Amino acid sequence: MKRMKILAYPYSVWMAIFIVVPILLVLLYSLTEGDIRNLAELRFSTQSYERVLEPIYLKVIVNSFILATLSTLFCLLLGYPVAMIVARSNPKVRGMLLMFLIVPMWMNFLLRTYAWMSILSPNGFLNRLMDLLGLPRLEIMPGKTAVLLGMIYNFLPFMILPIYTVLSKIDKQFLEAANDLGANNMRTFFKIILPLSIPGVVSGITMVFLPAVSTFVISGLLGGGKTPLIGDLIEHQFMWEGNWHFGSSLSIILMVMILISMAIMSRIDRNGQQEKNGQSKV
Amino acid sequence: MKKTAVRIYMGLIFLFLYAPIIVLIVFSFNKTKSRGQWAGFTLDWYAELFKDRLITEALYYTVIIAILATLISTIVGTISAIGIHYMKGFSKNLLLNVNNIPVLNPDIVTGVALMTLFLSAGLRLGFVTMLIAHVLFCIPYVILAVLPKLRQLNKHTAEAAMDLGATPSYALRKVILPEIRPGIISGALMAFTMSIDDFVISFFTTGNEVSNLSILIYSMAKRGVKPTINALSTLMFVTVVILLLIINKRSEKGEELLL
Amino acid sequence: MEKYIIELRNLSKSYNGIKVVNSIDLKIRENEFVTLLGPSGCGKTTTLRMIGGFEDPDEGEILFQGKLLNPVPPYKRNINTVFQRYALFPHMNVFENVAFGLRIKKLPKDEIVERVERILKMMDLENFGKRHVDSLSGGQQQRVAIARALVNEPKVLLLDEPLGALDLKLRKEMQIELLDMQRSVGITFIYVTHDQEEALTMSDTVVVMNQGHIQQVGTPEDIYNEPNNRFVADFIGESNIIEAIMLEDKKVRFDDHTFDCVDVGFGQNEPVDVVIRPEDLQIVTDPGKGMIQGTVISVVFKGVHYEMLIENEHREYMVHSTLMFPEGSRVGMNVQPVDIHVMKREGHES
Repeated sequence: MKRMKILAYPYSVWMAIFIVVPILLVLLYSLTEGDIRNLAELRFSTQSYERVLEPIYLKVIVNSFILATLSTLFCLLLGYPVAMIVARSNPKVRGMLLMFLIVPMWMNFLLRTYAWMSILSPNGFLNRLMDLLGLPRLEIMPGKTAVLLGMIYNFLPFMILPIYTVLSKIDKQFLEAANDLGANNMRTFFKIILPLSIPGVVSGITMVFLPAVSTFVISGLLGGGKTPLIGDLIEHQFMWEGNWHFGSSLSIILMVMILISMAIMSRIDRNGQQEKNGQSKV
Repeated sequence: MKKTAVRIYMGLIFLFLYAPIIVLIVFSFNKTKSRGQWAGFTLDWYAELFKDRLITEALYYTVIIAILATLISTIVGTISAIGIHYMKGFSKNLLLNVNNIPVLNPDIVTGVALMTLFLSAGLRLGFVTMLIAHVLFCIPYVILAVLPKLRQLNKHTAEAAMDLGATPSYALRKVILPEIRPGIISGALMAFTMSIDDFVISFFTTGNEVSNLSILIYSMAKRGVKPTINALSTLMFVTVVILLLIINKRSEKGEELLL
Repeated sequence: MEKYIIELRNLSKSYNGIKVVNSIDLKIRENEFVTLLGPSGCGKTTTLRMIGGFEDPDEGEILFQGKLLNPVPPYKRNINTVFQRYALFPHMNVFENVAFGLRIKKLPKDEIVERVERILKMMDLENFGKRHVDSLSGGQQQRVAIARALVNEPKVLLLDEPLGALDLKLRKEMQIELLDMQRSVGITFIYVTHDQEEALTMSDTVVVMNQGHIQQVGTPEDIYNEPNNRFVADFIGESNIIEAIMLEDKKVRFDDHTFDCVDVGFGQNEPVDVVIRPEDLQIVTDPGKGMIQGTVISVVFKGVHYEMLIENEHREYMVHSTLMFPEGSRVGMNVQPVDIHVMKREGHES
């Protein structure tokens, strides 16, 4: 049976070519300058990283970070109660609720974003509705608010589902025990439910933050170029400017940003676990 | 009191989730091009949809790529998962970690990295490069779906088969594969949906001649809103919902599959 | 010359630099019921898996009917295995599980049906063919696993703790069933267990292993009555192990008393270990009439007998007796010369 491991060898070669080499190439381009079509001509340079530090680009990066954080926060605030309501609903209803939460995700990502375009655009559904009600028109799109809304809309299920999964696995006896020991609902929530649900919250945050910080579709369609994000910059460099060096260094920075946030999240997760263990010992 | 609050809250959330979809569907039957006004019922946009060569072509590429990518990634992924399962220590961890990169890396980075590879290697971006990219990001999901099933496998079943005279390949086909089938199926379903839904990686790895629906929608949306997209959305959405209902009906574990 | 079906010669196997099987030699006769007995990690299962072909030995040879077995893959060996947790194929019913090996041999359909049905009948599983294996009880699964192996009419059947997952009562029943089965089919059984009672009840030959070494090979009586060393004595049944001095042939001294015994061939005044089984110590009420004197410090009723701890200035003795002597009473103990088993002291070569 040990010989079975040779079955993984072809895929190892495939991964080396299509996963490892491309990332190394991006790293190489990010650290060089010169004609991209001629690998031999490339010279070492930190110029494209220095360019990232220019105020306009720095602002884009900070903007991406803020928008992604905000959308993650909103998703958490909106999604946690939903997850809890679903987890506590009776089993017959629960399947239906879950189904209804998931169905929108099965719609093509682009279409979901496009749908918001037709609602939010200056002559869109929302403003017609405002007209009808005699209210002033809203100028959300194109702009940051629209981008934020699009992010929340697209990624909310990614927050709800992992939290729901963890909450639904919490043994009801814990809650009964807490009540039995005199904890009211508020205390039970903060002392039992919340700490136990940390792993779900952590994976929810990761699953929302990650696509939010790297998106270029949402900002491209709903932001109308007014609020470019780091994703838009990368796309622009590769597809329009042909500046692979700058695009690559932006990609590397994006990767590092995500690696750092994932490391922080997994640390929080681990602390949460320890705390949990500690509590159970007391 | 509390119950009403819960109901209102859930109602608002569902309104938020479904409003855009309902708007899209309703306006796909709207006579005028304008998004705000209702000018009467029509099926014109649906008719136009099927006349539009760009859309039918994109649909064709989307489906063909999804089918091919699913087939290839399911076969390769299953075989590789078995190989990885029987590995040990450092090399196993290394493979698993590298396998996770496309899952964890932002799509845009995977996309541009593949694009630089293809162009540096002198390849023309198009059908083949896009297919390679889809296979690349689908395999990890197949592996991640199959591995847990392998771990659940009694480690002696394959040995028992060989003990009874089965060659290793016979044991693989008759004992291991049937037992991990649920993992393979959910891996394949995941691969199919990832492929059919993909935009970002396709966007960077295809050329001008080959577009899938996502890319087409992106470029149409950037240029301005056309009611044909509404019609297309409605059709895609309805198809997906019907598919989902069928899958759900057919499997007890519908919940798992959906997730 | 005796005919051996399996021979192990100088067999060794290491994992991560640790020798789990350390150059063992063993000869197994045809139709013998051999048990590999030892604590977990002693190398018994690894030895069995090497015979089955699931592990390659690092060194040494495995012979099957005099021919080298090492290069033969498991699926070509005329040996079948009953796995620890049975390893029944969960996606097949009972019939298909049992028929698996026969289908591979491409036997005609009616022969397969006939043979499977015959073996199922023998195993009391007559109407279970269509049943799903998950719906069977532990004992039934066990029998399916044995049927699946036996239907192939192997020359040797390997059993890896086959009764380990069953409860005590079922285990006792299955022990008798297995033994009957082995006698009736006339197949060599190599049986792995850590349960010494099981080993003594069932085997023709017991192989006691510890830390990759064979400690002793012998009949259950030999192993029980004449343990080779401290480990065997300690592992097989309860025993009093006493450090003593062999004064000369048939004279051994411990606890300030010189005992007559039946062992010969040790050096003069050689330090040795003496084993006395708890049931071989006879208690006398008058301490003066005993070879050893002591005080009863605990009494536990064990159903058939009492288990008492008797203490003197040197040690505590465990004694089994049908008579009860209250705690605190002063008693004497006697032992027959044949019940004193003298063993070489470990690490002491004369």
